[in-house]
Amino acid sequence: MASSAVARALRVRRQLPTSPWLFAAPGLLITGAFILYPFVSTLANAFTDRRTLIPGRFVGLANFHELLNDDMFWIGLRNSTLYVVGVVPALVVLPLLLALLVQKNIPGITFFRSAFYTPVVASIVVVGLIWVWLLDERGLVNSLLETIGVGRVGFLSDQWLLLLSAMTVTVWKGLGYYMIIYLAALANVPRELHEAAAVDGAGAIRRFLTVTVPAVRSTMVLVGALSSVAAFKVFSEVYLMAGPSGGPAGEDTTLVMLVQRTGTGLTGRVGYASAISVVVFVVTVALMLLVLRADRRDES
Amino acid sequence: MSVLEKVRPAASRQPAVAREPRVTDEHGRRVRVGELALRYLLLLAVLALTVGPFLWQLSTSLKGPTEDIFSSPPKFLPGDPTLHNYERVADTIPVWDYALNSLKVATANVVTNCVGSALAGYALARLRYRGRRVATLAFILAMLVPVEGIIIAQFTTMRELGLNNTLIGVVLPGCIGAMNVLLMRNAFLNLPFEIEEAAYVDGANVWQRFLRIALPSVKGTIAVVAIFAFMGAWDDFLWPLIVLSDPSKFTLTIGLNYLHGTFANDERLVAAGTIIAVAPLIALFACLQRYFFRGVGEGAVKG
Repeated sequence: MASSAVARALRVRRQLPTSPWLFAAPGLLITGAFILYPFVSTLANAFTDRRTLIPGRFVGLANFHELLNDDMFWIGLRNSTLYVVGVVPALVVLPLLLALLVQKNIPGITFFRSAFYTPVVASIVVVGLIWVWLLDERGLVNSLLETIGVGRVGFLSDQWLLLLSAMTVTVWKGLGYYMIIYLAALANVPRELHEAAAVDGAGAIRRFLTVTVPAVRSTMVLVGALSSVAAFKVFSEVYLMAGPSGGPAGEDTTLVMLVQRTGTGLTGRVGYASAISVVVFVVTVALMLLVLRADRRDES
Repeated sequence: MSVLEKVRPAASRQPAVAREPRVTDEHGRRVRVGELALRYLLLLAVLALTVGPFLWQLSTSLKGPTEDIFSSPPKFLPGDPTLHNYERVADTIPVWDYALNSLKVATANVVTNCVGSALAGYALARLRYRGRRVATLAFILAMLVPVEGIIIAQFTTMRELGLNNTLIGVVLPGCIGAMNVLLMRNAFLNLPFEIEEAAYVDGANVWQRFLRIALPSVKGTIAVVAIFAFMGAWDDFLWPLIVLSDPSKFTLTIGLNYLHGTFANDERLVAAGTIIAVAPLIALFACLQRYFFRGVGEGAVKG
């Protein structure tokens, strides 16, 4: 009796060390080979002059020195930063208002919730091209503007209007996603708080600012963090709307567009593109820390 | 309660209002008619803004070559709807081949993500072994790496493996997403351990416990992983754009970008192409909304 239990324990023990690794192996292999290794190699390549077909030599900080004098890099940094500044406040506030609008279970509300989510489901390429046509010189928006007598606007030909249009598209596509996140948070706001505020004579706007906002504050921080990181890495919207070369004189190029343009193709400057990627990493991490720190300061 | 009724003119006391169909909020409270009307007005306005652009694209794609698509004021409905533009897309680019490529990539992504992340998630949640914490940490780190920053290194890795310009190369980097692994891990952690313990005492080995007990209990999370894997692969743009250079290998998104780049002035054609690309996903979403919404919640908390 006792000996069979020992034998089983031994068998179990022999089985244990191999099977867990067998279970985790595919995941670890893929993650290691295609995420973690490329990450480390990006950091390493940033200090080399590697090209697509030419193995690089160590060049120290030369790539970063070159960045400082590269106008395109500063344009990219400016546009990606502007993107964060323009997109994040809208994506923190508008989906919250939208969530409040669809929160009440009035008839047909599930249809509206789903409908508002549709842009999230569509590919960014589809969304980008839909808006390219909407904002075209002869497109729907300009037709409407002309009908009401404003006249036509060159949304896709002016450098700044282009960037603004792309931001609008990012916000438009993100609304539904963050709305769902806020809906989950709003469900946890105690109704008694609203009632108490109403008794005290607070109007809808006061109640929104004094009850709703503090109750969903941590969700707002989460949305701020998620949307700012995503906004800084913007690529597709601007690529599709301004074109691969980034609008007039490349003035609408973003950092990730610059990475893509510099690093790919047979003559791609892998080392230099990696240096730009390192800047993207650093700013991304900094943005996260900034949002989290702002959160902690608010709390105290 | 009585205080509240004094402050708010209670609608139920007014007979004229009481005869209206009773509309209540999630707490069983009446919603006032004026407020309700305002809500629906706003909802319709937002509906026009979010769904309108898709409908305009659909309308444009159905307008024939003789119909003016630039008119001002705009004409919202096609006067003589025709599928002519869809035929033209197929004549211009091999759009059905691209759709098939997208379908292959998306299907492969679903299978590998479901199987791979369920296996790894189970290992992280249930199996005791040395190095488990390191393995968990590896997935957490991988989840935090911004993909846009490593695409060049991923591309050179693919070149070294000889997999650039193949559909396998498109699938491989995302085929077992770190976030999916962690989602599955959490799903398994939330299962009561006792059931598996009982099975273990009854002599079930690890595979049996995984396949017969744990896996059937996390079907919901697997559905979420599957749907987001499908959507992610079908919609992806940057990575296929980098890894695919041969037009015969294009996926739909890359094909659309090509169509737009080459025939930008043919709005009807591009519109038809975008509708072909977006229709399957909207259909999928219409059928499986529940899981789409659930995935947002789970993904956001962990992401």
